[in-house]
Amino acid sequence: MQILGLYNYWIFIVLMMCGFYVVMSRGNLVKKLVGLNIFQTSVFILYISMGKIIGGTAPIIVNQPDVVYSNPIPHVLILTAIVVGIATTSLGLALVVRINEAYGTIEEDEIHEQDEEESL
Amino acid sequence: MIDHLPALQVVIPLIAAPLSALFRPGRAVWGLAMAASGLSLLIAILLLRQVLEQGVISYPMGNWPAPWGIEYRVDAANAFMLLIVSMIGTVVIAFARTVVEQRIRLPEHKQPWFYTAYLLCLTGLLGMIVTGDAFNVFVFLEISSLSSYVLISLGRDRRALTAAYQYLIMGTIGATFILIGIGLLYVMTGTLNMMDLAARIPAVSGTRTIRAAFAFLTVGVSLKLALFPLHLWLPNAYAYAPSPVTAFLAATATKVAIYVLLRFFFTIFGAEFSFNVMELDRILLPLALIGIFSASVVAIFQTNVKRMLAYSSVAQIGYMILGVSLVSVTGLTSTLSHLFNHALMKGTLFMALGCISFRIGAASLDRMAGVGRVMPWTMGAFVIGGLSLIGAPLTAGFVSKWYLILGALERGWWPVAALVLLTSLLAVIYLWRVVEVAYFKPAPERPVREAPLALLIPTWTLALANLYFGMETSLNAGVARRAAETLLGVAP
Repeated sequence: MQILGLYNYWIFIVLMMCGFYVVMSRGNLVKKLVGLNIFQTSVFILYISMGKIIGGTAPIIVNQPDVVYSNPIPHVLILTAIVVGIATTSLGLALVVRINEAYGTIEEDEIHEQDEEESL
Repeated sequence: MIDHLPALQVVIPLIAAPLSALFRPGRAVWGLAMAASGLSLLIAILLLRQVLEQGVISYPMGNWPAPWGIEYRVDAANAFMLLIVSMIGTVVIAFARTVVEQRIRLPEHKQPWFYTAYLLCLTGLLGMIVTGDAFNVFVFLEISSLSSYVLISLGRDRRALTAAYQYLIMGTIGATFILIGIGLLYVMTGTLNMMDLAARIPAVSGTRTIRAAFAFLTVGVSLKLALFPLHLWLPNAYAYAPSPVTAFLAATATKVAIYVLLRFFFTIFGAEFSFNVMELDRILLPLALIGIFSASVVAIFQTNVKRMLAYSSVAQIGYMILGVSLVSVTGLTSTLSHLFNHALMKGTLFMALGCISFRIGAASLDRMAGVGRVMPWTMGAFVIGGLSLIGAPLTAGFVSKWYLILGALERGWWPVAALVLLTSLLAVIYLWRVVEVAYFKPAPERPVREAPLALLIPTWTLALANLYFGMETSLNAGVARRAAETLLGVAP
């Protein structure tokens, strides 16, 4: 039961590995970025899970003594990381656009071929 | 004012960055960037003096007290690092103006953006050093990384774009690993403050979560510092970036990552956990040695001199990690001293190469034939930087090699000491290839002039610093030793 109870951590691990695999295995620069995004997003789930308390509510002060709050800090932290993720993705895509202008392709092996020809 | 120095260290370049985007291209924006980095150098000097006299400075950001708010904490180790980064930052920005005006792939009206990215990168690096909060390290790491991807992509060769993309992918994977590591630490301890983490980790250090956090942090930071075999992003990024960017990144970015590694190993996890329980030195030592050896050999066969020096950087990072794996005051002193000295020597070498490529277009060996005769000052600085890289006596490089060999002999590892000497000879070989071509081949037929003074002055400033700190070692050996003692917890 414990294994099932930790299902959000399992989702984190599976997503992380999927993303990581896509980054490494794909030769298309945009697909690599998609993989990188999945990889980063999985970490968001990790952080959000660890701040959540079962039955916990939003961390707003109300005058009831027995209210349980979720921990807001991991959520705030991951907001920062989400912003970083957006910046990384947009910068990555901008680079891909420029690479496409310079090489006429966004396939890694074709770019590599062109570089090899140039250096000969 | 003096109380707020730790915050100002980061805030000044941070504010100057968007401001410089508002300027028109020209000298004014450069002056602003120069003033901002000069001020951070001044602050770094003041902080170092204050720390050496009065001990650790703790600064609560926004007056929120320590474990809850973000604490900026300056001790001997990071005051020393602040000095390295802000010093190189200032010298390189003096060098950058002429190159940015004439040799960078940016339309003229966008030139001020170069300074924005540069100052943001400086902010990020300084922030990573000065902060005492683990998550803050990640944020500043990303600020510096994102801006360095932009800076690298400004190179004139189109391969700069793919190099920047490659670095972006590898760097983001590294940063995400660090993020996971910090998250796992938070789960176990409920705190992000480094001192608080250090106090709470021993109680839970037997758990698998802490071990996983340790592994994620080690791999993540090693990617950023380009430890062999995670160095694959580095040679292309350094080879195709514009020369001021290469000089700046080679002298600072990987160094700051090494500092972060030291902070995590020694301050947060503690030397006992990192090296006795996790036995990290058993992994670091072989990786460092293989890295030094293989990168030096690869460097010998490069025809692009910038790429050659980039591989040499991978080897030099190996020396620094070797110092860490000795786990002794002497070993760590050699690492910290080499952080400083390597910043000086690689700064000099890459700036001298920048002068050469400014005049002849590219820094490849076949085009450099005879430049030593037409550009004597530039090649003179290159030779001084090269001697320092080899570790010749009376240059800065000698100081750190000396401590490294001393540290290895202290542990009784004489084969390691012998290898350090042997690989220094490999450095002689690849640098000799450059010197031979530059001095003993006939001078180029096209008229080539000496580099302009605006480039020569910063280059020679660092070249002379190589000689000065080779003889006056109170900073790069004395303070480095104090910093090493701080990290190992021998002295406060």
